[in-house]
Amino acid sequence: MSRYRMQRLGFGLLTAMALIVVLPILAVVGIVVVRGIGAINWEFLTAMPREGMTAGGIMPAIVGTLLLTLGTALAAIPVGVGGAIYLAEYARDTWLTRAIRLAIVNLAGVPSVVYGLFGLSLFVLFLNMGTSILAGSLTLAIMTLPIIISTAEEALRAVPVEFRTVSESLGGTRWQGIRNVVLPQALPGIITGMILGLLRAAGETAPILFTVAAFYLPRLPRSPFDQTMALPYHLFVISTQVPGMPSEIQYGTALVLLALVLSLNVVATIMRRHFRKRRQW
Amino acid sequence: MITERAETKIHIEDVSYAYGDNEALRHVTLDIPARAITVLFGPAGGGKTTVLRLINRLNDLVENTTRLGKVYLGGEDIYAPGVDLPALRRRVGMVFALPLPLPGTIYENVIYGPRLAGERNAARLDEIVERSLTQAALWDEVRDRLHASAYALSGGQQQRLCIARSLALEPEVLLLDEPTSGLDPISTAKVEQSLYELKQQYTIVLVPHSIQQAGRVADYAAFFLMGELVETGPGRQMFTAPQRKQTQDYITGRFG
Repeated sequence: MSRYRMQRLGFGLLTAMALIVVLPILAVVGIVVVRGIGAINWEFLTAMPREGMTAGGIMPAIVGTLLLTLGTALAAIPVGVGGAIYLAEYARDTWLTRAIRLAIVNLAGVPSVVYGLFGLSLFVLFLNMGTSILAGSLTLAIMTLPIIISTAEEALRAVPVEFRTVSESLGGTRWQGIRNVVLPQALPGIITGMILGLLRAAGETAPILFTVAAFYLPRLPRSPFDQTMALPYHLFVISTQVPGMPSEIQYGTALVLLALVLSLNVVATIMRRHFRKRRQW
Repeated sequence: MITERAETKIHIEDVSYAYGDNEALRHVTLDIPARAITVLFGPAGGGKTTVLRLINRLNDLVENTTRLGKVYLGGEDIYAPGVDLPALRRRVGMVFALPLPLPGTIYENVIYGPRLAGERNAARLDEIVERSLTQAALWDEVRDRLHASAYALSGGQQQRLCIARSLALEPEVLLLDEPTSGLDPISTAKVEQSLYELKQQYTIVLVPHSIQQAGRVADYAAFFLMGELVETGPGRQMFTAPQRKQTQDYITGRFG
């Protein structure tokens, strides 16, 4: 075969590989939409479940997921962004800094079900929070920390060092330079990282399994110490534990969760592109 | 031509400086007179930029450096313990080789220093902006677009903006490290022209980007070679009849 033909074959194969990547996501979204769209209506999104969850709505699960995401954000963002600022701007290369980085890398590798068990022992049992939004949020927050810290640190490091030098030469302290120049410039990247981390937390089942999720609650949670339903766990439950569950409701629940997570993902991607274009340096 | 003994603004006494094992300066003693342009010139690696950064202590953050000797600004030891670094840098401004506008508008760039120092009064800030941009010979070109992005300016204008930015703090000393190296001849001329006017009020220490520039602007000159101060003297004399052979060789282009 001529070399030209071989190149065409090669590029064709590579293109096919790339297209194959698109197929799974199309399949997932397609199947969930086709099978679940029938269940989506106003009642589904705003009513409580009825008749052993085979009818009615999934509103408490939606609310629960939103509350957990909010709780995760409140716990993980200050620690994560603060930690990232420390690592990017103040830390020098000592054994302590290296230990911190090693810890972050390892945190990222812990399986989510292990986080669930950890959250159970530490927050639910030892610290006596009981299965609660508080325990669930803290567990999810720890799980999300590595993503938030690493994307925030990367965003901070992407800001040219010259800005800090200029700020210092104009009589600024280290912190003034960070607050007035570096942080605002890094903010889009930091926020994108936050959104990506949070949407992962929103979709996780295992960490909330032991720490917060309720099989069925006839009312909305009243305090952070309350249990709550949540979309991922709810989906698991109605797909495996409830006999006679109409499949449309299962797929409808999956569709809601997917829509929530994917739309956050799209928002984050659009934000990232928008700010990269607007960047003047 | 300065005939009487000028007041010494900066006194560098027997300073040796090293980055790790690399000796950048060896036993340098130098007086920089007030309200004049002192030029530090010499081939690359001579230690000129290090001298500049010693005066506003911008090298403090670099790790693994050693310093011996003292530096006095207006009679005060700037390396004494407890010296307020931000305050020092407001007294000693620095302009770098590449124009480095901060993200933001022209106005925001100029008021950055004063704002950090606590100035909030809008009228005073407006005054500062006009005064500094005028001193940097940029006011006429930007007065109608102060709230445009600083990045919309040309390279020469950006560099004059950086000068205005430093002047906004009304420093006593202005340090310039090859400020015109990225600029075309017209912008270079404009910057040099503003330096002539600025020296009536400020002490200026300049690392030139060419020997010709050194010759044009220097009231005093100091020749640095491989970390050592070879010779100092009035500008006119240094570039026409230097006393040391090394200086002569460098000026005539025997080495570079």
